[in-house]
Parts: sequence; C-alpha cells; structure tokens
Amino acid sequence: MSSFWSIWISVITLGSILGCFLLLRWCLKNMTGVEEGDDMHHEFDGIVEINNPLPRWWTIMFYATIVWGLIYLAFYPGLGNWQGLLGWKSSIQDMRSLEEGKVAREQAKEDGMLLQYDREVQQANDRFGPIFEAYAQRSIEDLATDPEALKVGQRLFLQNCSQCHGSDARGQRGFPNLTDNDWLYGGSPEAIKHSLLYGRQGAMPGWKDSLGEQGVKEVVAYALSLSGRQVDSSLASAGEAKWAMCAACHGQDGTGNYAMGAPNLTDTTWLYGGTEQAVMETVLNGRNGVMPAWKDILGENKIHLVTAYVYSLSKQN
Amino acid sequence: MTMSETSRSHPDYNYKVVRQFAVMTVIWGIVGMAVGVLIASQLIWPEMNFNTPWLTYSRLRPLHTNAVIFAFGGCALFATSYYVVQRTSQVRLFSDKLAAFTFWGWQAVILSAAITLPLGITSSKEYAELEWPIDILITLVWVAYLINFFGTMIIRKVSHIYVANWFFGAFILTVAVLHIANSMAIPVSFFKSYSLYAGAVDAMVQWWYGHNAVGFFLTAGFLGMMYYFVPKQAGRPVYSYRLSVIHFWALISLYIWAGPHHLHYTALPDWTQSLGMVMSVILFVPSWGGMINGIMTLSGAWHKLRTDPVLRFLIVSLSFYGMSTFEGPMMAIKTVNALSHYTDWTVGHVHSGALGWVAMVSIGSIYHLIPILFGQARMYSTKLVNVHFWLATIGVVLYIVAMWISGVMQGLMWRAVNTDGTLTYSFVESLQASYPFYFVRFIGGVFVVTGMLIMAYNCYRTIRAPKGSLAAEVQPA
Repeated sequence: MSSFWSIWISVITLGSILGCFLLLRWCLKNMTGVEEGDDMHHEFDGIVEINNPLPRWWTIMFYATIVWGLIYLAFYPGLGNWQGLLGWKSSIQDMRSLEEGKVAREQAKEDGMLLQYDREVQQANDRFGPIFEAYAQRSIEDLATDPEALKVGQRLFLQNCSQCHGSDARGQRGFPNLTDNDWLYGGSPEAIKHSLLYGRQGAMPGWKDSLGEQGVKEVVAYALSLSGRQVDSSLASAGEAKWAMCAACHGQDGTGNYAMGAPNLTDTTWLYGGTEQAVMETVLNGRNGVMPAWKDILGENKIHLVTAYVYSLSKQN
Repeated sequence: MTMSETSRSHPDYNYKVVRQFAVMTVIWGIVGMAVGVLIASQLIWPEMNFNTPWLTYSRLRPLHTNAVIFAFGGCALFATSYYVVQRTSQVRLFSDKLAAFTFWGWQAVILSAAITLPLGITSSKEYAELEWPIDILITLVWVAYLINFFGTMIIRKVSHIYVANWFFGAFILTVAVLHIANSMAIPVSFFKSYSLYAGAVDAMVQWWYGHNAVGFFLTAGFLGMMYYFVPKQAGRPVYSYRLSVIHFWALISLYIWAGPHHLHYTALPDWTQSLGMVMSVILFVPSWGGMINGIMTLSGAWHKLRTDPVLRFLIVSLSFYGMSTFEGPMMAIKTVNALSHYTDWTVGHVHSGALGWVAMVSIGSIYHLIPILFGQARMYSTKLVNVHFWLATIGVVLYIVAMWISGVMQGLMWRAVNTDGTLTYSFVESLQASYPFYFVRFIGGVFVVTGMLIMAYNCYRTIRAPKGSLAAEVQPA
C-alpha cells in the first residue's frame, strides 16, 4: 500500500487506542463537580445516576488489554506497511498465479520472513513425506492388495474425492461410480493415475442445432436400442442412418472410446441418467464433465496411493 | 389520538407507535424463533423441508436470522427507543407522521423479506440478503427514524441527554451508515443485483457491516434499552455515571474495527486481520463496563429478584451479555479462532448473545411496557411471566451448551491427524457425531418458543382486560 494509506491506518489505529486510554485516565479522576458516591443532580423520568468511581479490577483489565494490543502490533503486521518484529506472514497473500507465488515465497525466505502456511506444509512434508515416498516405490497392483496402504488411500479419498464421488465411491449423477469396473478413460492403474494427476475434460457436444429436435429423437432411439431397450423401430432406423456423427467418438458399435472419454452406450450405466428424457437432454444440449487435476494439490506420491485404492475398488466386483 | 388511548401518567406522549411496535415484537418473536426451530429440526430430520424448495434450509435460514434480528429485535428497539426518548426528554415525539411511517414502513420491509427470501431472491450477503428495492425502503424508513429520534432529542425539555439515548443514537446513526455502505449494488433486474465491491474487499465490507450489525444493532441499541429498563424496574439509581461515559465511547470507537475477525486465515490482508483481532480483544473491557453498570445498579435491591420475574429477565440477560462479550474477544484471537471457526461453537456464541442477551432484555422490557401502555398496573399473570423466564433460561442453556460441545468436538475432529498425516475423520463423520447435540439444540429451541407463546397469551389477556382492572401486587418490603 502507498505510504499515505500506511500512515493513515497507523494514525487512526493508535489514535483510537490512545483516545480510549486518555478517556479512561479522565474518567478515573473525578471531574464531574459532584462528590464521589453522590448522585449527578440530574434526573430522567425518575432515574438518577451515581458518581461512583470505576471498579479497580476493571481498570486494570483495560490497561492490560491496551498494553497487550500495542505489544501485538509491534510484533505482528497491523500498522499499515509495518511488517512486525517477528517477520511473520500467514502466507503469500497477494499472488495472482502459482508462478508469482513461487517467486514471492523464495524472496520471503531470503528476507528471513516467517511464512506460517509454508512452514506448516514444510513440517508436514518432512514428517509424513517419507511414509508416502516408501509407498510410491511399490507398484499400484501390489499396494491394492495391502490393507494398510488401502486404509491410507481410503482416508485420502474420503477427504479429497468423496465430495463428488461419494463416501462409498459409488458416485452420483454426473460423477462416475468408481466401483463398477466401467471406465470412461480406462481402468488400468496407469489410466486411473493419469486421470488423477492431470484431470479430465469430458465434452459431449449439443446436437440441437445440427440435427434438430426430430433428428435427436431418432439417434436417441437408436442409441437406446444398443443396450437392448424397447424403442420405436422406425425412429431407430432413421437414427442409425445418422449414426456416423456419433460413431466418431462412441464407435460404430457404440462401445465408446477411452481415448476420448466417450462412454460405452451398450451397457446400462448412464452418467447423466438413462431415462429417454435424460438421454434426450444430453444429446440436445450436450454435457461437460470436469475431473480436476490433483497433481499440484496432493502431489504424485499421495496420488499413487489414491490410485491403488480406486483400482482396488473396481477389482472387488 | 383520543384521550382514552393515552397514558394516565403523561397525556402528551405518542404511545400509539410504541404500542404497535411492542405488540409486533411479540408476534415477530414467535415467527422468527419458530422458523429457527423448524430449520433446527431439518438438521436432524432433513425430510422436514417437505421436499418443497421454499421450505429448504438454505432459504429459511436467512428468513430466520432476518426475522429475529430485524423483525423481533428491530420492533423491540423501535418500541423502547420511542418510549425512552420521550420519557427521558419529557417531550412528545418530534413527528407523529414520521413515527407512523416508520411503523408501517418497517412492517412492509419485514413482509417483503418473508416473501422474497423463501422464493430464493437474495443478494447472498449474510444479514443483508434483501434485494435492492427492499434495501431502498429500509433506507427511507431508517432516515425517517433517525430524523424522528434526533429531532425528539433536540426539542427535549431537560438539559442533559440520558445515557440510554446516547446508545440509541449511536445505534441508529451507525446502522444507517452500515446499511447504505454495504448494500451498494448494481441492479441487473428488479429482483437481482450485484455488489459494488469485489473479492476480498467485498468480504471485508460485508463483515464490517456484519459485525457492526452485532455491535450496534444487537449491542448498542439493547444497551440503550438496558440503561432505562434496569434502573426503572429495579427502582435503583444507575451505578456509575463515569463508567457509562468511558464504556460508551470506548465501545463505539472499538466495535467498528472488529469485523476482520470473521475473516481470520483468509485472503484478507494480514494487517487487517491483526487490527481486527487487537481491537476485538480490547473491546472486551468496555463491553463488561455495560454489564457491571447494569448489574451493580441492583445494589441494595437484590431481594427484588426473588419476587420480580421481569427484573430476573433483565439481570439474567446481562449475565449472558457478559458471557458472550468474554467469549467473543476470545474467539477473535487467531489461535482460538483456528479451532472455533466454521464450527457450531460460532452458532452457540451467536445464540448466547441473541437469545440470552438480546431476546431476554427485550422480553423483560416488553413485560415492563405492556401494562403501562395499555393502562394496567401489572401483567395479567406474574406467574406466567415466571414460567416464561424459566422456559427461556433452560432453553438458552440447553442450546448453547449443546453447541459448545458439538463445536469444540467438530474443531478437534477436523484437525485430528493419523500417524501418516492424513485426517482421522472425514467431514461426514463429524456431522454424524453432531446429531445428538442437534437434537438437544432443537429441544432448547422448543423451550424458547413455548415461552414466547405463553408471553403472547399473557400480553393478550393484559391488553384485553378492562382498563385499570389489574391492580399492582403487594410486594414484600
């Protein structure tokens, strides 16, 4: 902040505290012109006020909090640009990108600043890092059969993944069930780990404009017939004629494509609902599924363990 | 106003508006607290939202807070401030027309809130959810209130201004500034607007407003109430004039800084957080100044607590005020806040202030007022006042103890880590562990609402009784 604002903040802060202090001193003396213990000689609707002195214990508390406040403001940032004697910061607060944050952190370390958040992360990494380092040396298939490793993986899953995929990992509308061995991007340990590390962007385009309502109805009829559903056969055959557009991602036989994250349409799993109405909605307006990238949040070693846990879930059935 | 409507003691005062606000205090109190009990039940039995969008927790929670703070608390403040400023200035209100406008205008604001919030129309700023057309109406009503209150003080017939009016005045003036600054928004339609501020600045303005809604609306205003009704009901002089001077000025100059403690360990700049914390901690002392002055006013009249349940309401409210204003500064300390923030402890703290302090001092004051306003010497049933007192006290204690335990438990569960550094509990586990305490909180709420229903009955019988038929009870000396 500019030095004007820095001075402004310091002056009104210290001024407010000083003002309270001076008024306290003034009220401690009897300046009322009335003897202590006497009433103030004014009366309001029958209420009078006594000129009693301030309680001593209360006055001491007032002094104590003021002194403590000033000490705190000397040691910690508060008075405008004053950084405090401890050089303490909660974290790098004013970064606009990860890159900027990294540079600022390095600079702060060089300046001898004490970044509370970074220090806590560092301490946690020093203490717990070796545990995850050891797990990372083992293969995912191996970890998936180790109950201790799975317990740790499950805890990481519950804290980071369950918000969308559910505590039991069975997912919800729009968020895939991870226990059914039906995969959008592949169920191999490598594919799962890739999804976790870098995230996934599922994009089903909307076909309302190019196919029209009737055209969409037809391809939906055909798509539903692929999983053995009863559909209007004339609609379905009209849909089959238009299928080339869908086949580009979902395949000629509709079994999907891991490379595109295009779901298999021949099974009974429907990410956004399998009713005719829900599928119509999907094809008309499209869907956008986002799995965030966890590499920078959890780090590779922890993701290795979460991968083992997720992989083990699909192996149970 | 006809002569029969005016008070026996002073025919010149405008009691009509006081009567209107006093009655609405009881009615809105029941509505606001009942909605609170409903949403408390939804946290235990989610099906209590009956699968209806406008009965969901997310929409009824702001309705509950707005109803208890601005409808119940607001009507209590209007009633008592209009009464006290007339009695202690010995002059009729500056303008009867403005008084009537504030009453009907405020009721219109409450009604608009009761309609728009369940419909999901909200600016999403806590305690300032109402959309911009309602905000403008609030501003008009509040400016009318300000003119009327200060106008009455200016034309007063006594030389000094009584301490209760300092607090009422500070409350009215500051709430005007807070409301206008925080509600600045750009409308995009009649029902939707976006805040003029962005990011961390928006958060800071919001909590500058939010905490001073607590500091000025729920504290300064109710201290004004306390300074009149405690000495009046106790029949004792105010303990210390000098204490009221120092604690008034220190309280209003420190409260305005305290907002950042709602944003500890967030994107708010560190220096702002530190200032908020330091001022909050110093604020503890002037807050207790008010409690001491109120409780010590009872010196030489402690025996009255045995027979007068109205006085009991007032004194117990001061005890809760002392507890909350110790707890608040403590929770404003960063290391304590790291445990308490986002837990039920905050909810418990708010209700210790809102139910224990604000509601109890209002209820006590309304019990003092109703007989005077409707030409009686006492309430229809003192026994029922006493029953209400115990229901309210037990209800509040159940509520806040339950929230303390579940809050501290949640804070400890969230930070517990295993030997591998992973968190011991998932969020859902801490929620499951909270269920028993949610139930106790619900029971506490039922106690409080039952008390309010008894109050409504007692007020109804007092108002309906033939004029002057309720004679004062003989008090033991």
